[in-house]
Amino acid sequence: MSDSEQTIGASLPRRDALRLAVGRGTFTDDIVLPRMLHMALVRSPYAHALIKSIDITDAKNSDGVVRVLTGADLEDVCSPFIASIEFLPNMISPPQYALALEEVAWQGEGVCAVLAESRALAEDAAELVKVEWEELPAVVDPLTALLAGTPTVHRKLETNIAMIMPIEKGDTKLAFANADVVVEHSFEFGRQAGVALETRSVVADFEPAGRQLTVYQSHQTPYQMQDVYARHLGLAEHQVRVIAKDVGGAFGLKLHAYPDEMAAVAASVLLGRPVKYIVDRQESFTSDIHSREMTATGRLAVSGQGVILGVEVDILSAIGAYSIYPRTSVGDGVQAVQFTGAPYRLPTFKGRVRIVYQNKTPCGAYRAVGQPIGCSIIEQLLDLAAAKLNLDPSEIRRRNHLRSVDMPFKAAGGLEFSNVSLDECLTALLAKMNYDSLRNDQKKAQKRGVYRGIGLATFVEQTAVGAGLYGPAGVRVSAQEGCSLRLNPSGLVNCSTSVTDQGQGTLTGLQQVIAETLGIGFDDVTVEAGDGGATPYGGGSWASRGLAIGGEAARLAAIDLRNKILTVAAAITQELPENLTLVNSNIFDGSKCLMDLSELSEIVHFRQNTLPPGVDFEMNVTRHFVPRDFPYFIANGIQASYLEVDVGTGAIKLLEHWVAEDCGKIVNPLLVDEQLRGGIVQGLGAALYEHCLYDDAGQLLTASLADYAVPLASEMPDIHIVHVETPVSGTGLGAKGAGEAGTLGAPAAVWCAVNDAIRPLGAQVWKQPFTMAHVLQALNSKGSLL
Amino acid sequence: MAEMLPIKLTVNGAVVSKLVDPRQHLTDFLRIDLGLTGSHLGCEHGVCGACSVRVNGQVIRGCLMLASQTDGADVQTIEGIFEAGEAAELIAAFVARNALQCGFCTPGMLLTAAEIVAEGKLLDRQEIRNELSGNICRCTGYQSIIDAVEMVLLEKLKEA
Ligand code: FES
Ligand code: FES
Repeated sequence: MSDSEQTIGASLPRRDALRLAVGRGTFTDDIVLPRMLHMALVRSPYAHALIKSIDITDAKNSDGVVRVLTGADLEDVCSPFIASIEFLPNMISPPQYALALEEVAWQGEGVCAVLAESRALAEDAAELVKVEWEELPAVVDPLTALLAGTPTVHRKLETNIAMIMPIEKGDTKLAFANADVVVEHSFEFGRQAGVALETRSVVADFEPAGRQLTVYQSHQTPYQMQDVYARHLGLAEHQVRVIAKDVGGAFGLKLHAYPDEMAAVAASVLLGRPVKYIVDRQESFTSDIHSREMTATGRLAVSGQGVILGVEVDILSAIGAYSIYPRTSVGDGVQAVQFTGAPYRLPTFKGRVRIVYQNKTPCGAYRAVGQPIGCSIIEQLLDLAAAKLNLDPSEIRRRNHLRSVDMPFKAAGGLEFSNVSLDECLTALLAKMNYDSLRNDQKKAQKRGVYRGIGLATFVEQTAVGAGLYGPAGVRVSAQEGCSLRLNPSGLVNCSTSVTDQGQGTLTGLQQVIAETLGIGFDDVTVEAGDGGATPYGGGSWASRGLAIGGEAARLAAIDLRNKILTVAAAITQELPENLTLVNSNIFDGSKCLMDLSELSEIVHFRQNTLPPGVDFEMNVTRHFVPRDFPYFIANGIQASYLEVDVGTGAIKLLEHWVAEDCGKIVNPLLVDEQLRGGIVQGLGAALYEHCLYDDAGQLLTASLADYAVPLASEMPDIHIVHVETPVSGTGLGAKGAGEAGTLGAPAAVWCAVNDAIRPLGAQVWKQPFTMAHVLQALNSKGSLL
Repeated sequence: MAEMLPIKLTVNGAVVSKLVDPRQHLTDFLRIDLGLTGSHLGCEHGVCGACSVRVNGQVIRGCLMLASQTDGADVQTIEGIFEAGEAAELIAAFVARNALQCGFCTPGMLLTAAEIVAEGKLLDRQEIRNELSGNICRCTGYQSIIDAVEMVLLEKLKEA
């Protein structure tokens, strides 16, 4: 058996990696069940229309078709769903149906489902469904959506405003009046798609005799979906089992309850047969959640020394046609305003977010939610102020970021900090990137007429959210994670966890925590996850929680199992349990090895008769952990981008990227680093390429991977990482989350770098993504910007 | 439905005779008819590269080729390549360097990478990046993949 010491903190590769690499993963589309039907959808071609009639005659008679379903057919099987939050009673949220009833509110909303013997036959028949439409005016532009007199996104809504949230701390008016420098900037953030390479997929299998529903789904949280299906399909919770096998990327977009997936599951219940539904790439672009469509204005007041006196921000967030179920779509806008300036001391703050509906694809949580928006706004404002004061951008950050002496700290936007290491991160980053020599490089390049820019972005990341969020909001999403451990007869350990893993490597991290805490080898532990019916109840994977919360549950379970093992070992060997230790799968009394774990395992499984009476032989434990003493952990860090702007063409070339990050205790540096890099590249995609473009009628123009550009290997820079490791208190493990930090800070770093590059020309970009056209627009309109 | 077409081809070394729907693409044929689910569909419009397979020694996109076009061809998928032990160093380097996360892109990525390695030329990092730019990975950010391929290329060169 391998060495058990020092497993936590080791760069161990993932056990699953080989299986996945050689094509032996089981993604949902790989699952084939007997008598399985395939579903294809007829989706609305209009952004807003009434369904006058649906003629399914030809479709029904088409080859291989078993059933054609409309909204009316599913209405009784699947009850409508409304996303709401109890402490936001004024939030407006229209009901959604598995298939639209009379009105469609975005291009791509499902209206009719065809169930056939193959996907191809289902698609053939879907083309034969005749829908008579009455097109209604589409509300596309967020500003127009706000205006009185604009038609509503749904006929039954009285307004398009979902919610308005103001936040105020202190008197910003006074602060701005007394400031030495005031800067102001407008921002536009393009609507983005999540683009998991594996599209959303579901295989629903309802067995009508025993009324048992099993759903295989490419999803982050099987527990939430069990609850959703049970409640909306009229089943008891223990009649529903949701299993997420291998998931081909998720990034938040596989966190929601989508109407098309509800339709597939409802169809299986109705027909009593397995139903497979695989969203194709075009459907993925029109029906996966989008995010981040916002405009904002920000103002910053600083003293002559560059100390922040006040921040004002006003954000307009457009969330599409519905608030996504069950978590709602308001988080993006709310977090955008909350995170504006969150890493800094803000004596005064005035923020507002207005959230509007529009006839576009519904929005929802995508990696880092609204946090990148808040980050981009404040970082850009700081650079503008630094330029006016002739301060180095690193210096203005150092003068304002939160420090250990400020802890504990409650930010203006409500964020609670218990520890912070921004100063250490900044120092580490500047050293890693050779900041001063890079600045020289930049100056020299400029003399040659080459415009390079350096951008810094300080970030704080909300991770490991505890019991204070969804529960009190009346949203049935659990914040706990669980871990069951069982010692098997060979002396090896099977772990079953509520944490789910879409490639992050969290399960490997759990394996490390369990091995080291127990005192056995890394390879002596296997971890099962994803089966909502067979694992301890929990949250799954969202908001960077897997290791911070699930890892703590695993640690607690391992401690309990170790104690059980040592207690039975003491009974067998007639020693005192407190004198015994478990190291490398051997039980020691001091330095004397008494027995090995396989011997003990054999006794407790096959030779219980040899144990003294009353001795506990059950080597199973289950523990859960939920943060109750703290609301979440704030991870922090800073990123830097170095890039070159071709002022003739507007093209941006990324040269290098750095990040200094503190996610508390690092369990596996190899995996954490790749989480950061993967996240950063998604953020770079946001900055440079990714944009869901619509025309004025609400038609999505970017519904293929040829039109919606994601980062490719050729355009990405090498990313250098340095860690600052400040374990948190609140858990024994001391880990925070790390999954979203990269995506959070990268766009802001690029934003600052582009503007740093073209500032000598008096130009500033203001619209993300920074396409060549926009950079040229910025260069041509220099001086006139705000 | 159009008339089914008979095809006879070699898949991972074994002869396969089947009737196929003329409109069925190669990846659907491999996945649905032969159960070779290691090739994935990320877009079905030729952009992502997740469906990459080898036909007559060349890496192609299975979603852009019809199954009926492969009559008489020699097709290799990730399953066959692994079983033959062909890209063993590359696969080991991907695992060691954590050059995959969800693994959905990886079989396709490995096929392209194996082609680069087989060429035997030492490429610099940007050249490796360019060569791999036809395979989308949404998880890794690519750097670990570039590292893994670079490692294997350098290793090969040392041996030669
Ligand atoms: S599935 Fe063939 S290239 Fe994407
Ligand atoms: S590892 Fe997920 S797409 Fe590449």
